[in-house]
Amino acid sequence: MAAQIVATESTTVDLGPATALSCRECGHRVPLGPLFACEECFGPLEIAYDFSSYDTEELRKRIEAGPANIWRYAPLLPVPADVADKPNINPGWTKLVAADNLARELGVEAGKLFVKDDSGNPTHSFKDRVVAQAIEAARAFHFTTLSCSSTGNLAGAVGAAAARAGFRSCVFIPHDLEQGKVVMAAIYGGELVGIEGNYDDVNRFCSELIGDPAGEGWGFVNVNLRPYYAEGSKTLAYEICEQLGWRLPDQLVVPIASGSQLTKIDKGLQELIKLGLVEDKPYKIFGAQAEGCSPVSVAFKAGHDVVRPQKPNTIAKSLAIGNPADGPYVLDIARRTGGAVEDVNDEQVVDAIKLLARTEGIFAETAGGVTVGVTKKLIDSGLLDPTKTTVVLNTGDGLKTLDAVAGTGLTATIRPSLESFREAGLA
Amino acid sequence: MSVTVRIPTILRTYTGGQAEVKAEGATLGEVISDLEANHTGIAARVLDDQGKLRRFVNVYVNDDDVRFEQGLQTATPDGAGVSIIPAVAGG
Repeated sequence: MAAQIVATESTTVDLGPATALSCRECGHRVPLGPLFACEECFGPLEIAYDFSSYDTEELRKRIEAGPANIWRYAPLLPVPADVADKPNINPGWTKLVAADNLARELGVEAGKLFVKDDSGNPTHSFKDRVVAQAIEAARAFHFTTLSCSSTGNLAGAVGAAAARAGFRSCVFIPHDLEQGKVVMAAIYGGELVGIEGNYDDVNRFCSELIGDPAGEGWGFVNVNLRPYYAEGSKTLAYEICEQLGWRLPDQLVVPIASGSQLTKIDKGLQELIKLGLVEDKPYKIFGAQAEGCSPVSVAFKAGHDVVRPQKPNTIAKSLAIGNPADGPYVLDIARRTGGAVEDVNDEQVVDAIKLLARTEGIFAETAGGVTVGVTKKLIDSGLLDPTKTTVVLNTGDGLKTLDAVAGTGLTATIRPSLESFREAGLA
Repeated sequence: MSVTVRIPTILRTYTGGQAEVKAEGATLGEVISDLEANHTGIAARVLDDQGKLRRFVNVYVNDDDVRFEQGLQTATPDGAGVSIIPAVAGG
């Protein structure tokens, strides 16, 4: 069965099935290039593809025979066909953990709850997926320096990928990030610059730098390479479905920072349906935010279709984007699929980190605490059905946010003797 | 009031390639009207059909996002810097 998703357009850049950039707001099209905003309406540019030549069963076999990383999905991504042979960090194919212990704690039916654990990526967050895409676009457009605005995880992913693929890197972060993320970003040898301000200030700075001669020749993975970069999040959707035996989950709980990941997971699921790789059936996408940075959750609950920016104040710094670029689309998707957007406070985030660690042996960073905490809240409020197959995302490693669980430590300190062991009540 | 406006790359076709231009106005709305008078077509890119800021445009007066201020009514003091920036970045 062939699937026609978009019309074809010619291009001289070899990025596989990608044919053009298309504005999500007004549909205006431009050739593939390092562009991110529509010249007509400022709307986000997205990749348009030609998947018309694909036969469903051949495509499924090709994917299943592919490498154990995101390049198994190369036919569905803006990358050249020989991408697996190029130096890159090759992320993905992370574990989909059957979370039966957590399910028992949350009152979810046995066998129905899964955690997609993206802490298993090369730099221990989902950001490796998107950066791997941006590397290929940077190569195609002949950039030599890679950059980004980052809440921490992305800075590390860019540093590592740049080192591996032979690019210079210079990345920008808020000056007050967690030490684990700062070290993780700096260790790869690129330049790491702290900006006196929050993430939205950093992002503004990068957007201005890109239009200045000082930033000429720089590929900002989440600015002028953003349309390519963002497609990496589709691979989460592809993997989840393939790991479920080419089935759609009924419900997904996804963290929201800019909202890009959630919108691309939805895009990935829609592509699988149109390509015939999964059955066409309803699914619900739930968004998760921290209360201290909850512009999308607030807008969802108020019934608004625009997002009013907030000044972030939460321990979930990887989600602390007060002015989320894809917020309006998250609202559209949550409403279209029958999902919701919910938030939890910092105390609930910490409790959820500990709950996931205690039940499943997964140490999540604060963003994982947000998704697990929100899952619990959604079940308690009846919005999430505990009898349906549900996938909760953990997008990063708890070792990066140790401060969030400070105070967790030794049960006891004893002398090296059996007597002392017994005295401490440990026998 | 004379202000300096930073123009994003995608609008520089309207300013002859200039990254910064001067404009007059006591409020952001007046500054945009003045921009339109000198660089015809630019206002329709920044404002929607109802005359509001498009949802994917961020505008800063000095360091302040005008959505936290008074939007198009935000005061633009003499010598202020106004930045027009695509919102679809980051994450």
